[in-house]
Amino acid sequence: MLRSLTTLLAAALVLASCSRETQVERANREGILILGNSGEPKALDPQLVTGVLESKIIGALMEGLVADDPKSDDALPPGAALSWEHNEAMTEWTFHLRPDGKWSDGTPVTASDYVFSYQRMLHPEFIAPYVEMLYFIDQAEAFNKGEIDDFTKVGVWAEDDFTLKLRLREPVPYLPSLTRHYTWFAVPRHIILIHGKMTDRFTPWALPGNFVGNGPFRLKSWEFHKAIEVDRNPHYWDKENVGLNGIRFLPIENPYTEARAFLAGQLHSSYTLPSDFIDSVAAKQPEFLRQEPYVGTVFMRLNTTRKGLDDPRVRRALSLAIDRKAITEHVLEGYFPATSLTPKMGQYEPEKVLGFDPDAARKLLADAGYPDGKDFPRFSILISRPAARASTEAIQAMWREHLNIIVDIQNKDWGSYITAQQTLDFDIASAGWIGDYLDPTTFLLMWTKGNGNNNTGWGSEAYEKLLDEAAHQSDNTRRLEIFRQAERLLMEEQPIIPTAFYSRNYLHRPEVKGWYPLLLDNHPYKSIRLEP
Amino acid sequence: MLRNLIQRLLQGIVVLFVLFTLTFFLVKAMPYGPFQQEKAIPEHIRAKVTAYYGLDQPLHVQYGRRLANFIQGDPGLSLRLEGRPVTEIIAQAFPTSLQLGIAAMLIALCVGIPLGTLAAAKKNSLIDFGSMALAMIGICLPSFVIGPVLAEFFGQRLKLLPAVGWEPADLRSWILPAITLGLGTAAYLSRLTRAGMLETLSQDFVRTARAKGVPGTRILVRHCLRGGLIPAVAYVGPAFAGLISGSVVVETVFQLPGLGQHFIKAIETSDEPVILACVMLYGSLIILANFLTDLVSLWLNPRLRTR
Repeated sequence: MLRSLTTLLAAALVLASCSRETQVERANREGILILGNSGEPKALDPQLVTGVLESKIIGALMEGLVADDPKSDDALPPGAALSWEHNEAMTEWTFHLRPDGKWSDGTPVTASDYVFSYQRMLHPEFIAPYVEMLYFIDQAEAFNKGEIDDFTKVGVWAEDDFTLKLRLREPVPYLPSLTRHYTWFAVPRHIILIHGKMTDRFTPWALPGNFVGNGPFRLKSWEFHKAIEVDRNPHYWDKENVGLNGIRFLPIENPYTEARAFLAGQLHSSYTLPSDFIDSVAAKQPEFLRQEPYVGTVFMRLNTTRKGLDDPRVRRALSLAIDRKAITEHVLEGYFPATSLTPKMGQYEPEKVLGFDPDAARKLLADAGYPDGKDFPRFSILISRPAARASTEAIQAMWREHLNIIVDIQNKDWGSYITAQQTLDFDIASAGWIGDYLDPTTFLLMWTKGNGNNNTGWGSEAYEKLLDEAAHQSDNTRRLEIFRQAERLLMEEQPIIPTAFYSRNYLHRPEVKGWYPLLLDNHPYKSIRLEP
Repeated sequence: MLRNLIQRLLQGIVVLFVLFTLTFFLVKAMPYGPFQQEKAIPEHIRAKVTAYYGLDQPLHVQYGRRLANFIQGDPGLSLRLEGRPVTEIIAQAFPTSLQLGIAAMLIALCVGIPLGTLAAAKKNSLIDFGSMALAMIGICLPSFVIGPVLAEFFGQRLKLLPAVGWEPADLRSWILPAITLGLGTAAYLSRLTRAGMLETLSQDFVRTARAKGVPGTRILVRHCLRGGLIPAVAYVGPAFAGLISGSVVVETVFQLPGLGQHFIKAIETSDEPVILACVMLYGSLIILANFLTDLVSLWLNPRLRTR
């Protein structure tokens, strides 16, 4: 028995050594890009998902009115729309669709497809989880909440087959950038209605064999926890400029498994890289390491209804006692010290209000009635992801050293961690936020009283007044200036303590060309080439 | 005899019912629901989705409906991979878990039994101590240590075998996960086999055979193996069920599309239909494995039959 096993093993090894070509080498030959994608997508219907990992796949299958540019975050290359214009107040927009735009089954993409799509997403019975992204459209919220029944009252209509009109509830200067988000994509009416009513959720239309999109690729296969494959869309308007024959998305959730897969030649690009791998990769294989800014912020969320944390002086003291530079140098490697909540994006750069000043922190804490940390309540910091532990421990140590206060760390599973925050059943929580689009609203709107993502118990009339003022401002420079004021107010009140701006640390093979650093990390796949 | 077996089967059904009920209410006792995510969805949307799946009904109504559907063979739709039937998920994932379990069991049998027999035959020799020390290491080393080490060495350094992934048609992708999963069982089996063989080797009929001049190997294989394997067999059945259902870690380390990953994600997201289906499937497997073990033990051990 032992002998047969040895023979089998030897045979397997011989077999193995015959085909030494790695999966990546083979994929290079075939023109297939293999990407790590961090997890199994919930679904591929762009109107029913909320995640980032889904957006990576949907971005290959569909294209927004405005497309992504491979090199620049601010450039707005035409996508499904050839051109667009707006009135002076930026509340009425016209998108001229390209006449050669087609779905992947050859049917033309028309303006009424968009009207259908927005009606479907906003329909109260369809229950789209990310529907708030469309609330910018006039009367959209009222229709979604069932306050009006007549969809013709909502600010979207087709003037003709290729002219889409939008009336917004407020000036939205960044609308073209917003239409690059999948919630604004069109879905194929003629296919959806084959598989059910407009309002039926999760019908098989978005599965392989049925899926029809207007992007450079088509959905080929989907195997759970294995791969989603896409191949070229022969009807894509710009098919001549598509450089890949296909993409394989691997839903590898464990970052260590993913790093091993990459280093074993099974991936072109990883989704992430655990920070404890960075030093060794930087030393041994620096050609693979990528560290790029990303629109996200790591922060501490404070429960301002807790005694002690209800005092802004205490919150500021906690913030001033954090040495952010030390954290980004030693723990969150590759990240940048946070200077405010919103990272710099486009023309918006908030004031750099956060800093490290232990003396001022001690004084503030003493003013608040806790000299040298005396009688300060013993709080705990809630965490869930293992990656958050090290930076939280660093903050724990800094508070102890500089303020003489002791906090505990409490680890909960993901579901309980979320629930604790949403029910204000926590003291301090380690959290993060990734922007959806490049405008400060994606970071600032959530801190209004009662917002589902606020979860601090904090609210300020002055803050909301500023947001409201900005919302009705069509002069963008002035608008951003008001946001800067609002953000300053938020940072002085400090219901949240930003610690670091995200960086995307990942592994990437040099033969993948046309892939440049982008803040939103949405690389248009059509411009990517494999040149080994 | 037959009555005994039928009794065991009926017991199995009761166990499954209790398992179903316990699991259902434990899932409901979890502090979070299936539609809780980091980026909060608006309250009016969440209330609607909850009602859409009937999760706003009283618990006993939900329980009754779920149980009735299960008995009719319909475990429902997944709440995590929304809209996907649980049966489709299991049909996609279970074959991988089964293939991996079989491959791991084969490795465990092919390594564990010869090693244990050898150790018993050469009792207190260097071979004995060496193989038993190896077995102890195998038992103590968890798969989340062995797996990454194997993947790094054979996958990353030598690039001989894939470090992640599973292709049913490509046996190369089976090797590392199967070894990782099977090693612990192999180690345990070798110790059980050694103990069983030692006991059999000390019996009178062995001495008689030796006195009659039967060669050592023949005594070992023809006379002792059947009796010596009894403790190992009692372990193999449940261990096999354990290998199929307990491959969560190996599936994560090697990114295998098995049922374990679905099970864990379902628990994290409170995906009740998938949790229930997995628990029932694993429960049935263990009951079935125990039942088969009883049958094989009867065949191996005549003393049980006369009782």
